[in-house]
Order: sequence, then C-alpha cells, then structure tokens
Amino acid sequence: MQASPSDRPVLRLSGISKSFPGVRALSGVSLELYPGEVTALIGENGAGKSTMVKILTGIYQPEEGVIEVDGMPATFPTASAAAEAGVTAIHQETVLFDELSVAENIFLGHAPRGRFGLIDRAAMVAQARALLARIGADLDPMIPLKELGIANKHLVAIARALSIEARVVVMDEPTAALSFKEIEELYELVERLKAEGKAILFISHKFDEIFRIADRWTVFRDGELVGAGLMAEVDEGQLVQMMVGRPVDQIFPPRHHALGAPVLTVAGYCHPTEFEDINFTLHKGEILGFYGLVGAGRSEFMQALFGITKPSKGACRIDDHIAVIRSTAEAIGQGIVYVPEDRGRQGTVKGLPIYQNVTLPSLARTSRHGFLRLAREFALAREYTERLDLRAASLDQDVGLLSGGNQQKVVIAKWLATKPRVIILDEPTKGIDIGSKAAVHEFMAELAAEGLAVIMVSSEIPEVLGMSDRVIVMREGRMVAEFDRATMSPEALVRAAAGIGERVAA
Amino acid sequence: MSGASVAKGRHLPNSLTSPAARMVKSWESLLLVVVVVIFIVNSFASPYFLDPWNLSDATYNFTEKLMIAFAMAPLIIAGEIDLSVASIMALASTAMGYAVTQGAGTPELVGVGVTVGLLCGVFNAVLVTGIGLPSIVVTIGTMSLFRGISYIVLGDKAYTGYPAGFAYFGQGYVWYVFSFELILVALLAVAFGVLLHRTNFGRAVYAIGNNATAALFSGIRVGRVKFILFLLTGVMSGVASVCLTSRLGSTRPSIALGTELEVVTMVVLGGVNILGGSGTIPGVVLAALVMGLVTFGFGLLNVPGIVMSIFIGLLLIGVIALPRLWAQFRARRG
Repeated sequence: MQASPSDRPVLRLSGISKSFPGVRALSGVSLELYPGEVTALIGENGAGKSTMVKILTGIYQPEEGVIEVDGMPATFPTASAAAEAGVTAIHQETVLFDELSVAENIFLGHAPRGRFGLIDRAAMVAQARALLARIGADLDPMIPLKELGIANKHLVAIARALSIEARVVVMDEPTAALSFKEIEELYELVERLKAEGKAILFISHKFDEIFRIADRWTVFRDGELVGAGLMAEVDEGQLVQMMVGRPVDQIFPPRHHALGAPVLTVAGYCHPTEFEDINFTLHKGEILGFYGLVGAGRSEFMQALFGITKPSKGACRIDDHIAVIRSTAEAIGQGIVYVPEDRGRQGTVKGLPIYQNVTLPSLARTSRHGFLRLAREFALAREYTERLDLRAASLDQDVGLLSGGNQQKVVIAKWLATKPRVIILDEPTKGIDIGSKAAVHEFMAELAAEGLAVIMVSSEIPEVLGMSDRVIVMREGRMVAEFDRATMSPEALVRAAAGIGERVAA
Repeated sequence: MSGASVAKGRHLPNSLTSPAARMVKSWESLLLVVVVVIFIVNSFASPYFLDPWNLSDATYNFTEKLMIAFAMAPLIIAGEIDLSVASIMALASTAMGYAVTQGAGTPELVGVGVTVGLLCGVFNAVLVTGIGLPSIVVTIGTMSLFRGISYIVLGDKAYTGYPAGFAYFGQGYVWYVFSFELILVALLAVAFGVLLHRTNFGRAVYAIGNNATAALFSGIRVGRVKFILFLLTGVMSGVASVCLTSRLGSTRPSIALGTELEVVTMVVLGGVNILGGSGTIPGVVLAALVMGLVTFGFGLLNVPGIVMSIFIGLLLIGVIALPRLWAQFRARRG
C-alpha cells in the first residue's frame, strides 16, 4: 500500500550514516514518520536504534544523509534545534529533574513569562494542570518529581512533549520499567497522541506491544535498513527473521527431566515492609519462576535471600543444615548467587576489565594467601566466558564497553565460576536483544540439566511459561498462587498477579 | 552478517595491548619524564643541586607526606577521603609530648604516636562505615576536633625535651646519605604497592571505587574494606607524626598545619582519580618526587615559598586539565 499524497511524512531521514571509532553504527539508513501513526523501530541491541534516536534529537550529527521536515531540508545541530523542529524523546529512564516540581519539569526552558521576564508561576501551574488533564494524568503540578513513580514520570515527560507542541514523539522502550496496568495506561495515551496527529516512533523489544500499538514498522540490523512497511502486512515470525537475519524456529529450549533432591527450603521469610510469609522448596535441576507485577516484592525477597537486606523473620535451609545469611559473602559461601535486574548498577563493575569482574567473588580460590595470581584468574575467566560465548575483543577489555547482552553474560560467568548450588536470575533477559535472550534461555536450561537449582524472577509471561517447572505468583509482598507445568497458563498468571476475581478493576 | 550462529568456545585473548605499550602510554611514564626534566633543569640551575647530602636533605620535603599518601591513595581509589590526617599528626604529637612529661622513653613514645593515629583512624572509620556518614564531612569535622584537642592541651606552649634516642627517626641515617625516613618510606612504598596491586584486598579497593554497589553484590565486604583503609590512614598519620616530631624535636599545636592538602595534591598528581576507581602507588611516588624536586630547586634559587605553592597549584590544575583538553582536541579533529 502506498502512502497517499495527503499522508506525507512529517519527518523523513534518508541515507543516514554515522561512524564511531572502529564501528559503523549506521550506514545509509532511512526512516519516515507519518502524522497520526505509530512507527515501530525494531532491531537487536547494537542494530543502531539508539544512534538513530540521538540523530533525531540532535545529540549526534550524521556524516551523510538528509533530514527533511515537511519535505523541507533541515539540520539538527543541537538538541534545542531538534526540539524547535518539534521532535521530542521519552527515554527508557526518563531524563527529568527530581528536585523540581512537576510543572517546572514540564516547562523547563520555555516557561510562560510575566513582567520583567520572570517566570509566571501561576500561569505555569495552570497550564501544567491543563496539559496533565489533556493526557488524563491525575497529578498535582506542584509536587516535586521525585515523589512520583516511573510511570507517572513518563506522563510528565509526555506532558512536556505536548507543551513544546511536539509533532514527533520518540518513545525509547517506554514500558521497560512499567507494570502491567501502567503499560495499559501508556497505550491509551499513545492512542490519544495519535488522535492529536503526532507522529510517534516507538522502540521496543516486546512484539506483543508492537503489534498492539504500531501502524508501521522499520527494521534495522547491524546499522543497515532491512525493511519497512505496514504492520497489517507482516507477522511476528517475519519481523524476527528480519531482525536476526536467520529463522528462529524455536524460542525456548525443550526441558525434559525429573527433579532432584530438595536444595533450598525457605520457611516464613518476612520483612517489615516488602514481603511476608514466603515459603517454598527448590529442587536440584528445577527452574522455579517468580511472576508478579513490578513492586510485588519479588526482587526484595531475592535480595534478602542473597544477604543484601535482612529478613525480620524466617529461616532458610540448604540441603539439611540451617543457612545463616547476613551478608552477600555468606550467601555466596552457602552457594546462593544472584544475577540482579539492574545490571549497570548492581551487576557489573564498569571500569574493571572482564576477567576481574568474573573473578571478583572467586578471588579466595584463584589467589594464594591473599596474593593475586593472574594466570589463574585469566584461566578461570576464560573457562566461563567462552562457555557463555562472550563476544569481546579480549579478557582485559573494560566490561563497560560491552553490549547489554554480553554484560549479562559476564555477570552469569562470574557466578558460575563460584560453582553455586542455587542461582537466582532477576529479569535475566530484560532489555537484551532476541539473539542474546535465546542464548540466556538455552543456558538456563543447560544449567538446570546439570543439577543447578534455578530461581527466575520474570515479568514476561512467555519467558515464565517457556522456562519454569513451577511458578510462584507474588502480589503485594505475598505468595498468592503456585502453578506447575500442567496448570500454568497466561490467563491464570495474570489473574493471580493482578488479583482479578478478588477485587473489581476500576 | 549473522552474528549469533558462530560455534561456542570462541577464544578470547588475555589482552590485545602488550604490557610495554601500556606502560608507555601510562600516566606514570609522563610523570617519570617530568621528574627527569626537573632533575636536569635543577642540576643546570644550581651547582649545589647534585651534592648527595643536599639531595638527601631534600627528601625530607616529601617523606612524611608520602607515608600518609600511601594510605590516602587506596582510600581515595575506594571513593572516600580523609582530610583529618594533619590533625591526627598534631594530636599524636601532642600525646607523645605529654607522654614525655610523664617520663616515657623512646619505645613508649613510638607506641603512643602510632596508637593515637590508629584510634583516630578507627574513630573516622566508625563514623563513615558504621553510621554511614559521608567521609568528606566526617573528616572535616575530625580535622577541627583532633587539632582542637591539641590546642586545648597545649595552648600557646610547646612540648620539648624529647629523649636523645627519639631523634633517630627524623634525624638519623641508616647508611651514608640514606636517612631513616627515606629507607622507611621506600619499604612502605613496596608494602603498599604490593597491598594495592598484588592482593585480593587491593582488587576489592578498585572494585569498590568503580562501583561499590556491584562490589557488594559480588560478595565484597565493602564496609570492612573501607574500615581498614581509614584505620591504615590513621596509623600512617601516626607514623608520620613520630618522624616529624622526632625531626623537629618539639610539639606545637600548629604542627603539620595544611599537610592534608599537600597529601591530597600528591595523590591526585600521582594519577589517582579524585572520584575513585583508578590510580597507582608508583604514580604517587613519582608525584612526591616531582613536588620534592620542585620545592628543592626553588629553594636553591631562593624563590619565595609563596611562589612554590603557586607553582604546585598550577601544576595540579595543569595535570588534571591537560589530558581532558588533549582528548577534546583529538575529538574535534575527528
């Protein structure tokens, strides 16, 4: 289907190229955004999506290529030039100012002026209230931004986009940190923005989301344009194949084996504010899924099990002895390790090379009398990074230079090198591309088959269903349901997590 | 290009850059060049510079500060700082002076000086790692506290009358021109170099400085490591106080005033990132040599002290700004 003449793109980029030292991030790609339509930008991590966003918002300058706004050539030499042309971006981790009020965040840089050029606060607050009402956000414009959750911060960012009369809104993984209900609200908002004639560029790794809200698609792979078209004319399999350049015949590895002896028993774990009365037994070779909405207390419980926070009550046994866990060092000593959700902050030590990240919890084993032995460290790091098929130039490369998926592999290698009994993976595939995702899933299945006990915290239903032997659902800090392979279904998980049937949704 | 379909077990080399290439590009090499240049300039500028006894005297410009810098460097690498070190020296010196009035001999005096340093370090450590206060605020507070105690004890008086044997630590020579302080500082350089660069403890220091949260999530006992670092800084301040008090032969409450900034300057000039995460002991040693040689050279040329501090200040700003300006220059040229 051809775009009709009246349906001209508001923004068109063609032949865009951009290089960084040693990498060609984009070569000759094109992108068209149409008013009142959502265009999904799809690609693996490293495909050039973020570079494209930065060019759109004036942060990077392309070396070649043409940008046209309403058919007229334009350049975005600075971020403010892009904003003046009506392009605004809402990032995964929203770039706003915690200490300023909601209204100040919305109008920063273009606040209504009163006498003597001073900011007219009353007008600003009134206009902010009107904008928030327009997007259906029930927020007080006077409160400081830091009091809001991530979903409401997105709303503020969207209000800001409307306040500068944006015509193009770039949404870079806007749902990554949102709960189920918040995502639904975001979809409604996207519909409203469409109705107002905004052109939306939507970047996401989640296909259900793309099929739900996008009108058009554009696929990048390795910095090149693979294709573009209408969502109505494509299916998921075709998109995935374009993304990865090969058919993905099977997303989850098959898992057929019997469970072994109990490894970890948790009895009555409580915390004053985060979780209450958690009980379960984990077996050798088992993958136990923990499903729930964001904020259900899953990560907090896992971090208590790992010795980061202290439970107020409860005990845990490993094999047949009581395990006392007061610190991460003791948890690791007991064979419990934790792959955190927040890779950047809690997982990798950026600034240290790959091999030092891998050996950090294993130094007692690689050293002699407290003195480092580099040859052993390199050997240990090589054994596990190669097993995980890490993509890196060398083992002394700074871990911060790796892609998200490869950083995750370094974190997993770090823990496997400690020869753990129980590995807890908290949102192990969040924000990593589909190729690395499949590798992580395959690896989890392999570990379980080797007899490791695996706990997987995940908010992605296909992942939970595809990987788990059993699923525990948590809501508001409590275990509310447990399913085995025979009883688990997407509907059952969502109902249990949301508490549907117990209270009527508003 | 299909990336993900390569067979498992792709070989990863240890490193792509040779140790020699890395050394040439390092900050330490640049400092070494600076040391050599200053040395050559000085030897042309003054005929007295190359005299072994003059050079030996010149080492007192930095020996005591360098002892503290050895402990300060790992502390700053771990993302903390101790600004109370000069005040710890004053308090330790005051305690030794008081001990003299109570009839203490040389071994007891050394014990008192080092122990007071250790206790001050523990006090800082408890406030920072136990209660969780920011170290810059805590040690600005204890900087006033420790020296304040010295002023209360001493007022405008001074302790003198240290026993003759005590003078060895600051005035004695082990062999030929090599003073006790110089030998001690050399041994400490090796000890702290090994501790920071060759042990699990040193690795933990770098991990904490780069990302304390991830270090904690990797089983590093972050609180314990920081506690030990504050304790070490206190002990080294006590040791430096023994040497300085021995050299001066007297204690006034203003002893070592302002030394903390010279120590921090030495550490930063040595290539330690003030925000934590990187830096080396050899770099700190070279920075001490730069500062010592500049002070000595200016002294021989009768340059007033204030000009020296201006020079050191400019040097510090220069060494921090130059790499950044160079990077910007290269980025602009593409």
